[in-house]
Order: sequence, then structure tokens, then C-alpha cells
Amino acid sequence: MLSWWLPENVSTYGAEIDWLFELIYYITGVTFVLVAVAMITFLIRYRARPGGKAKFTHGNTTLEIVWTVVPALILVVLTFLSVPAWSRIKMHVPDSDVQIRVTAKQFNWEVTYPGPDGLFDTADDRTFDNEIHFPVGKPIVVHLRSKDVIHSLFVPSFRFKQDAVPGHDIPQWFEVTKPGKYEVPCAELCGFGHSGMRGWAYAHTPEDYAKWLAANVGAPAAAAAGQPAAGTKAPGKGKK
Amino acid sequence: MSATASTHAATTHAGPHELGFMRTYIFSTDHKMIGRQFLLLGLFMMIIGGLLAMFVRWELAWPESPVPGMAWLWKDTGGVIDPPTYNMMFTMHATIMIFFVIMPVLAGGFGNFLIPLMIGARDMAFPFLNMLSFWVGAVAGVLMLAGFFVDGGHAAAGWTSYAPLSAVPDYTGVNWGQNLWCISLFVLGISSMMGAINYITTVINMRAPGMKMFRMPLVVWSLFITAILLLLALPVLTSAVAMLLFDRTLGTHWFLPSGGGEPLLWQHLFWFFGHPEVYILILPAMGIASEILPVFSRKPVFGYHAMAFSMIGIAFLSWVVYGHHMFVSGMNPALGMSFMITTMIIAVPSAIKTFNWLGTLWGGQIHFTVPMLNALAFVSMFVIGGLSGIFMASTPVDIFIQDTYFIVAHIHYVVFGGSIFGAFAAIYYWFPKIFGRMTNTLLGHLHFWPTFIFFNLTFFPMHIIGLAGHMRRIYNPMQYEFLVPLQHWNVLITISAFCLGLGQIPFVLNFCWSLVKGPKAPLNPWNANTLEWTAASPPPHLNWGPTLPTVYRGPYEYSSPEVSEDYLPQNRALGRAPAGRH
Repeated sequence: MLSWWLPENVSTYGAEIDWLFELIYYITGVTFVLVAVAMITFLIRYRARPGGKAKFTHGNTTLEIVWTVVPALILVVLTFLSVPAWSRIKMHVPDSDVQIRVTAKQFNWEVTYPGPDGLFDTADDRTFDNEIHFPVGKPIVVHLRSKDVIHSLFVPSFRFKQDAVPGHDIPQWFEVTKPGKYEVPCAELCGFGHSGMRGWAYAHTPEDYAKWLAANVGAPAAAAAGQPAAGTKAPGKGKK
Repeated sequence: MSATASTHAATTHAGPHELGFMRTYIFSTDHKMIGRQFLLLGLFMMIIGGLLAMFVRWELAWPESPVPGMAWLWKDTGGVIDPPTYNMMFTMHATIMIFFVIMPVLAGGFGNFLIPLMIGARDMAFPFLNMLSFWVGAVAGVLMLAGFFVDGGHAAAGWTSYAPLSAVPDYTGVNWGQNLWCISLFVLGISSMMGAINYITTVINMRAPGMKMFRMPLVVWSLFITAILLLLALPVLTSAVAMLLFDRTLGTHWFLPSGGGEPLLWQHLFWFFGHPEVYILILPAMGIASEILPVFSRKPVFGYHAMAFSMIGIAFLSWVVYGHHMFVSGMNPALGMSFMITTMIIAVPSAIKTFNWLGTLWGGQIHFTVPMLNALAFVSMFVIGGLSGIFMASTPVDIFIQDTYFIVAHIHYVVFGGSIFGAFAAIYYWFPKIFGRMTNTLLGHLHFWPTFIFFNLTFFPMHIIGLAGHMRRIYNPMQYEFLVPLQHWNVLITISAFCLGLGQIPFVLNFCWSLVKGPKAPLNPWNANTLEWTAASPPPHLNWGPTLPTVYRGPYEYSSPEVSEDYLPQNRALGRAPAGRH
């Protein structure tokens, strides 16, 4: 049997999402139990009896105020508790020296590394199909694009999901804590090959990542020299 | 208002026998016949929409294996559903269920039948427009069904038809199917607009003497608010599908970035319509439950004004929550915060309604009739559907559950657990008035219990696989390593869905048998207070005799100490000579 819970979380902000999920789970769970118990109790207790007479009442203003204000307060508090996580995950892309461009197309993820010069759209870019390699322990910035229709990059274990929209370049980020190989499905219907559009995310230790990078892309020359001067700078890079 | 009433009173003597067959049954301007036509159209389409769901479930439980007995249809694959066909099936399942089942049955059928009868009018304000509304809707239905027979198959871009997938034929391989989808919804939009104008005008202008707004039954309130949402929301969809059709056929680039268009524009337009649409689907069912619970609890509805104002609140808020469908769409994330707070707040009126339904049960004399069981199922399933919505309202949690089966579970708890149970409750409750015959109680129970049990066994596990990350709209879950261990859930869901489908057979039998052989219905079989029960079963053309009912009180005076019986009809005069009839 499967656990009745979310899949393993391996990202830094995933814990914040899971905490909110659990909070809502308990709030809604308790609410459901209270409503269900009240309903079943009323159905048994007030079932029609011969000669019985129903209470003649049209309502109660105090009760109306209570059951308007209490849910409203809980929901507003939930909103404010959700704001910091949302802000951190979606509104602030951290600085990072790992910049990856993922271009979605029917029915593949094209994963582009800027190469030793640290710049996209230069001759030393390297592109892989359906494989995203990156190190654990630091933020990774992903620039999402699409060549045709809308796709959605979904990594369940990272709590990561973002649509790739043609005509847009959407910078997003995640930071993974545990090395491993994670499945990357497309979550937005993108045509007859949507099902099976799937890649793999390889989270390496920093040493393994350096080795992979040197062997497949080329060691980043600009890393020691600081910021690059020319070429297409990744839009999210350097933004605080 | 009284002038209208007396003009109508003068022309009361026309009965159905004076009109020919065509004018009575086909091109009728009688709101009751139009209501029946919408109801039957919706129930017929439900069979098609339901069968499509069965094929979808087959594919998910036993991927890429031949459907027994279907090799004649899919010859190339030997009966296996291929991915384009699969995409077409879930697209059309949702399209048909939303636009051609729930809207025609609840807004079209019950809206037409109930509004004039419950406010004491002889017909709608614009009977001819009303007839047009049905026939234009029927044309839309034919156009939608025609899409199944064109080359390339029917629309396969999801019921949401996100551009650019839907905007360029090459992306899906669907050509005229998607075009017909656009044209059909365009035509349906015109039909809805005619209906909506009619409902609004009728409610505002044609109420019987004494029928103040706050004496109207809550189901009339719900249909009135639904009509306002229809009037304002449907034109947005109508415009959007026209733009989509132009992109597909005339070379415009509204939604295509290649020509400077914006794919997200489609989503903004679609969901600006789409979220009020969800309330168009659920509000009438809320009204129906608010009608049936008091009758079978023999008790006034708890908090009538709170019930009416919470629906008004929902109507306003429904315009400012739509962005919660787009949290991870690439829309500016700052907007996500605004839509999060409005979405959280719109749960409050739903909570108010739920507590008032419970308050209505409290201290009642509860009779477990078939309509009551369905209304109780509506309340309890709507609670689950409402609570699961809070998960998606929280933007960070939505990042994970967007586009998973959790969403599929949520929407089915709202539109099946909510709207469809509401529709069943309404059909069992008003059948005696609509068709003049009682339904069979045993068959009613044989329909309700399997439906309630297998509904939950079908849709509750979808929450669980959704939380495990199971994406919606995928053809074969076995293509994903992390979904393989979940496959037994898909098998359970599919078997439950088949049982749910089989559970509708007693309903069909009951409906058809009762229509012909059911015992003749008395005037007021449930001892209810509202005006429709003062007309004959079924009501004649123009509903009442020479005099219209006069209304003296609200609709829910059950177990009033003023009278010895446990009900007090809206039109009964107390303490003076009975006015008019009775």
C-alpha cells in the first residue's frame, strides 16, 4: 500500500509547502469531522417520529455572525501564512552560478547549459534531451521556454511546477538537498504525446557535478573571473 | 405587476388541447414544456458524457489493452484506445457534462420549469425568446455531436482548450473537431444569453401579488443569481471561442506568439468566464438543497437572509477569484497573492450555507425520502469538495497539486457530488409536478445508494493518487516509474466508476416507467409551501385558473404554531376570508 501522504521531499522549500499542506489537512480534517458528526447526529436524533413536532425557528443572528467570522479569520490567517513561502519560491529568484535553460517542445525537454563562457546563445552551449544535471546544496536557476505549446515542468520530489509558455522566458529555481535521480513529467496537456513526455533530473554531489560538467559541457572558465561581460545574459541571473 | 397579472388572467382559457402537437411538444413557448425539453436534452447527453468517462477509466486501469467489444470501432488498433482518441474522450466528457448536461438540466430545465411557477407567473416574460433559447441550444448540441464524425476526430485539447495547443491544428492533429467545438459553444452562448435575459426579467417583473424579493424561495434566488452570472460570463467565453476560431481559420494571432499574440490571454478570458461558470453549475443545486431540506425536515430554512446574501456574495466574489487556475501558468506571481486572498474569502459564503443547512436539520422531523437523501448527499459531498478547494487556494500548496488528480477529485466532488446530486434531488422532488406522476421509491433507493457509495469509491481515491503526484490527462500512468506503484488505485477507481455507471440504470428505468405508469401525483404530494404545489400536477398552460395566487408569507413556514398542520402554504390567507382560490 502506498503512503497516504506526499512523495518524499528533497528540496529546501519543499518543507514549507509540506508544512502548509499538513496545516490545511488538519484544519479541513477537523472541520469535516465536526460537520459530519453534527450531520449524522442530527439525522439520527431528529428523524421523524409519529406525533413529533419540529422546532419552529428561523435562525439565530449570533450563530450566523460566529460561523461567518470564525471561518473568515481562519482563512485570512491561512492566506498570510502562505504568503512568505509563495514569495520565496516564485517571486525571488536567488543568485546562482548554475543557470540552465529548459526548452519544452512536443514531446521533449531540451536542456541547455551555457558552456564555459557562462552565456546562453553562444557557440559553446551544450544541449541534452530529457536530462537535467545539477549539484545539490545550492540554488539552481531554470529558465523555462517553449517552442510550440504550453508544457509544465513538474518534479514531484522538488515540489516544483511551472508552466513553460511559448513567447515567455520564465526564470524559476530550486535547491535540492539529496543526490539522486528524479522523474520530471510534463504536467500540462501538450498533445497526443503528452503522456510519456518525461525527463530525469540528476542531482549530483558537488564533486560529481564538477566531473560531469567537465566531461560533458566544459568547466566554467568565467567562474573564477567573476561576471561575464558579453553575450545573452540569463535574465534571472544576479537578480536578488 | 398587477397589471401584467390581470392581462394574463383575461387570456387564461387557452389550454394545451387548443394547440397542435407541434406547438405543444416541439416548438412550444410554454416554459414548462421548454423546461422538460432542456431536462431531456441534458439527460440524453449525460448518457454520452458518461460513456466517454467509462472509456477514459478503462484506459487508465488497463492501459493500451483492447476495450472488450470495441474492435469494430477502432479497427486499426484492434479495440485499443489510442492517445489522440483518449485525449478526445476526456475533452469531450468534460465539455458535454458541463455545457450539455449540468447547464441544461439545472439552469435550463429547472430554471424554466420552476421560476414562473414558484413566483406565481403564468409564463416567462418572453415566451418566444424562451423557445428560441432551447432550439438554439439544441442546434449547439447537434454541432457538438457532429464533431465526433469529422476527419481528425473531435476536439482533444482539454475542455479548457488552452492555446496554442487548441489554436493550431497541427499541434493536435484535430481540424474540424476543434472548429465545431468553438462554433457549438459560440451558439450555446447565444442560447444562454436569451435564457438569462428571460429569467432576470421574469424574476424582477412577473412576481405574483405579495411575492416580495425576500419571500422568494431560495431556489428562485439561486436561479436568478445564476442567470445574472450567465448573462455576464458567457459572452466572455463566446468572444474567446470566436477569437480562437479566427486564429485557427482566418490567420489571426490572438493567442499565437509567432504573430505577437499571447497564449496567457486565452487563459485569462477562459477563466474569467470559467470561474463564474463553476458557480453557475453549483448555485442552482444549492438552491435545490435549500428547498428540499426544509420540506423534509418540516422546519423553516435556517437563516433565510444569510442564505440569500451568501449567494449574492458568491456572485460578486466569483469574478475576482479566477486567477487561482493560473498560479503556475506564468502569470505574474504577485497576482497570485491577490487571487489567493479572494479565493480563501469565497469559501466563507459556502461555509455559511453549509452551517445553515445543518441548522435546518437541527430540531427537525426528518423524513428520509429519495429527494431528501439526494439533497443530504449534495450537502455532505459539497462539504468535501469545498474543503479540498482550500488546499488549492493556498498558492504554495497549489504548486504541487495543480494539474494532478487532486484537482480532478475536487472538481468531481463539486460538480458530481454537488451539481449532479442536486439535479437528482430536484428530479425526484419535482417529478410529480413536472410529469404529473410519482416516481418509484424502491427504484429511487436502488439508484441513490449505489450512486452515493460508488461515487465516493470512484472519486475519493483520486485525492490520494493526486497527492502522490499522479498527473491528470495522461494516457498511460505506467510510463512513469513513480506512478507504477499506484496502479492498483487506478484499477479500484475504474471498477467503482463502472459500478457507478451501472448504478444509473435504476434511474433510467424509474424515469421511463414513472413517466408512463407512475401513480398519478396529487396536487401537493410533499405538503410543501411554495406556489408550484398549488397548481395542478402537471400544471396546465398558463399554470393557474383565472386568478393568480396571492402571497402572504415566506416559503418555509413549516411547523408554524399558527396552524395545526405542519405546513403553511405561501398563498393561504389566515385570519380573514380565503382570498381567491381554496
